[in-house]
Amino acid sequence: MKKFLTSTVAASALVLMLGMASARAEDAVDPNAKQGGAITVTYKDDVATLDPAIGYDWQNWSMIKSLFDGLMDYEPGTTNLKPDLAESYEIAPDGKTFTFKLRHGVKFHNGREMTADDVKYTIDRVTNPKTQSPGAGFFGSIKGYDDVAAGKSEGLSGITVVDPYTVKFELSRPDATFLHVMAINFSHVVPKEEVEKYGADFGKHPVGTGAFKLAEWTLGQRIVFERNPDYWHKGLPHLDKVTFEIGQEPIVALLRLQKGEIDIPGDGIPPAKFQEVMADPEQKARVVVGGQLHTGYITMNTTMAPFDNVKVRQAVNMAINKDRIVQLINNRAVPANQPLPPSMPGYDKEFKGYPHDVAKAKALLAEAGHPDGFETQLFAMNTDPNPRIAQAIQQDLAAVGIKASIQSLAQANVIAAGGDKAGAPMIWSGGMAWIADFPDPSNFYGPILGCAGAVPGGWNWSWYCNKDLDAKAAEADSVVDPAKAGERDKMWSAIYDKIMEDAPWAPVFNEQRFTMKSARMGGADNLYVDPVHIPINYDNVYVNDVQ
Amino acid sequence: MIAYLGRRVIQSLLILLGVSLITFALLYLLPADPVRQIAGRSATPETVENIRRQLGLDQPFVVQYWHYLVSLLSGDLGRSYIQRSEVTELIVSRLPASLLLMVGAILCELLIGLTMGLIAAVKRGTATDQTLMVASFVGVSAPQFVVGLLLLYVFAVRLSWFPIGGYGTWRHLVLPSLTMGILGAGWYARMMRSSMIDVLRQDYVRTARAKGLARGAILFRHALPNAILPVIAMIGIDIGIFMGGIVVVESVFGWPGIGQLAWQAIQRVDIPIIMGVTLVSAFAIVLGNLLADIVAPFIDPRIKLR
Repeated sequence: MKKFLTSTVAASALVLMLGMASARAEDAVDPNAKQGGAITVTYKDDVATLDPAIGYDWQNWSMIKSLFDGLMDYEPGTTNLKPDLAESYEIAPDGKTFTFKLRHGVKFHNGREMTADDVKYTIDRVTNPKTQSPGAGFFGSIKGYDDVAAGKSEGLSGITVVDPYTVKFELSRPDATFLHVMAINFSHVVPKEEVEKYGADFGKHPVGTGAFKLAEWTLGQRIVFERNPDYWHKGLPHLDKVTFEIGQEPIVALLRLQKGEIDIPGDGIPPAKFQEVMADPEQKARVVVGGQLHTGYITMNTTMAPFDNVKVRQAVNMAINKDRIVQLINNRAVPANQPLPPSMPGYDKEFKGYPHDVAKAKALLAEAGHPDGFETQLFAMNTDPNPRIAQAIQQDLAAVGIKASIQSLAQANVIAAGGDKAGAPMIWSGGMAWIADFPDPSNFYGPILGCAGAVPGGWNWSWYCNKDLDAKAAEADSVVDPAKAGERDKMWSAIYDKIMEDAPWAPVFNEQRFTMKSARMGGADNLYVDPVHIPINYDNVYVNDVQ
Repeated sequence: MIAYLGRRVIQSLLILLGVSLITFALLYLLPADPVRQIAGRSATPETVENIRRQLGLDQPFVVQYWHYLVSLLSGDLGRSYIQRSEVTELIVSRLPASLLLMVGAILCELLIGLTMGLIAAVKRGTATDQTLMVASFVGVSAPQFVVGLLLLYVFAVRLSWFPIGGYGTWRHLVLPSLTMGILGAGWYARMMRSSMIDVLRQDYVRTARAKGLARGAILFRHALPNAILPVIAMIGIDIGIFMGGIVVVESVFGWPGIGQLAWQAIQRVDIPIIMGVTLVSAFAIVLGNLLADIVAPFIDPRIKLR
C-alpha cells in the first residue's frame, strides 16, 4: 500500500479543504425555496421503528435521516460526501485514524447539546450485541469491535473522546469506506438519557438532532413530523410538517394523489397503473425518473454441477434476453451487464458484458459437455412481477436447451434456499436483490460476491469465493485518501470485470426509480430521486402554495 | 346450566390451546429464519447466533412453546421481530377499529339481509323472490376484495360521496362496513326467508288472518318477532366469518384494525404478530360460538342446554 500523506502539512491542507467544503454545503439552500406548509406521504405498511440502530428498510431509512444526523452526510440529491455533525475531519497518513471535529451548539430535540460522548455512546450501542442491530457489521474495522461483538467488552477501545468537540476513531485496518459508514443511519447520533429512558421502545420515541422531530405516532394510522426550530442547519427544513399516513394500498394512494389529497405515494406508482400514468402528459410531468443503487441478477450456484463449469455460467449469461425482460416490466429498469449499477462510482462504462447470443450459448454448453442442455431449478420470489420474469428467463433458457423448473416461493423461503449450499441451483434475485447501503463500489462485493458471504445463511447465493479477488478488494479498500478515489474506483472496476469473466451471476437489469409528486411540490428533481433518501429528501423539498 | 357452561368453557380453552399449538408448530416449521431477518443482510454469522440465543430461538420446540404459553398466561404475546414493539400493544391499539368495523358490518348485514329475506318470504315464488335470492347468492359468492374495490371506485372515486379509504369519521366507516355486510347479508336473507316462511305457515298466523287482522299487523307484530329470533342468534357465529373478512377488507380500505396488522405481518413473516392475531381471532370465534349457544335457549325455549 502506498502512503498518500507523508507530511502533516499535507494533512492540514486536506483538513482546510474539507472545512471549506462544509461551509459551501451549508450555504447550499435553494434560494427559491418557500418556508412553511405541510405535505402528506402515504405508505401501505406500518413503520417498523425509527431507532437509527435498528431501522433498515427503505421506508424508515429516509424518515430516520430526517430525525437524526450523522458525522457525515451527502450533498442533497447526490452521492457526494460532506461533513454534517462534524465540522471537519482529519485522516492520519496510515489511513487508520480518523479524527472528527464536531459542530458547536448542535442540540438534541430534548434541548441538550450534542457532544463527542454521544458519538462514542452511539457507536458503542449499535455494536453491542444486546442492541441486536442489523448494522453492527458495518463497524467491523474499528479497533475493539471483535471484543464487543463477542460480548467481552461494553465499549469499543478504538473510539476516544479527546474533548467535548473532538472524537477520534482508530481502525484495525485502513478502511476507505469509513466516511460512508459515518454517514449511514446506524451511526446517527442518539442521546443516552433518552435511549435509557425508553429502552427497547426508543424506536417509537425517537429523539435526535435532525431537521424534524416526532410530533405524533398513532399506531397503524399516522406519524407526524414537525419542523425542528432549533435545527443547526439554518434555513432547513423548509416544510413545517410532514404527515405519513399508514395503511394505504398503493392503488388507493394513487387515486388520492390524482384527487389532490396527498403529495407523495411512498410506495410508488402501482405496476398495474404505470402505463396509464405515463401515457397521460399531465401526470407524467409529475413523475421524476432516476437511477437506483440496485441490480437485479440471476445467481448460479458455482458449487453445484453443472454450474461449477464456467462455460455453463457464461452460456446462461448469453441466453438471457434482457431487453425483453425490461419490456416485461414496462421499462421500469435498464438492462445490466455488470454487478454495479450505472449510478455507482466504479461502474465500468467501457465494459460490454455478454451479448444475447443463442448460437454461442449453445456452443458453450456443447463445449461444457451438455450439447442437449440439462435440467435445473430456478428459484424466484412469488410476488409480481417476479414469477413473470422467472418465466421469461425459463423461456430464454429453454431456447438453449436448459430446462429450468420454477420454484416460486415466499421471500423468506427463497432467502433460506440461497443461504444453503445445496439449496438452490439458480435464483432470480427480484424482490430481494441487493440495494447498496451506501454509494461505494465495495458495498456490492463482500456479502454477495466475496468469500465472507459464501457461508450458510449468507447472501452470496452463487457460493462464489475467489481468494485472489478478496485480496484485491482488501487492497482497494486500503486506499483511504479521498484524492485517490478515482484510482480506487478503477481497482474496483477491475474486480467486477474479473467477476464477470467467472460469471457467477447473470446481471439482468438495474431498476429505475419513479417518484410521483403532487403539483404543489417544489425543489430540484434530484431531491425526489435522492440516492440515499427513498422516496424523497424530506429536509430539502418544499411546497409552492404557501405565503 | 352451570355444569353445561363449565363444560363449554373448558372445551373452549382446549380449542384455544389446540389452535396455539398448531399455529406455533406451523410457524416453527416455516423455512424462514426470523433471526436472519432481524440481523439484516450485513450481519456476521456470530451476530446471527448471538441474537438467536437472546431470543431463545436456539431452544428445542417444546421449550419454546412452553415459554410462549407461560408468558401468554400473563397476557404477554411477545415482541414483534420487525416492529420491535409489544404485540399486545400493537393488537390493543388496533382492536377498537376492528370492533367498530364489526358493529358497522353487523348493522349493514342485518339491515340488508333481514329486509331482503322478509320481502322474499312474503313474495314467495314470484320474480321478486327469485331476483332477491340470486342477489343474495351473488353477495355470498363475490370475493370481498372485488366488492371493496368496486364500491371504492364507484362511490369514493367517481361520485366522491365517501373518502377513499382511511379512518376517523362515520363516512370512512360506510364503505368497508357495506363490503363486509354484503357477504353476511346474503346468508341472512336466505335464513330470514326460510324462517319467515316457516312462521307464516304456523296456525297462529292463520288464526290472525282469519280474525281479519291487517296484513301489516300480522307480518310485523306476530310473524316477524318469531321469525327474527333464530336468525339473530346466528350473530355469534358470524364473528368467525367476520374475522376471515377483515384481513381483506381492512387492507383494501386502509382500515387500521387487526386484519391489516395480520396481513402486514404475514407478508413480512413477523411470527409473534401472526401468532397474536391468530389467537385473538380464535378467541373471538370461540367466544362468539359460546355466546350463540348460551343465548339460543332464551330465544327458543325448545332448545335445552344439556
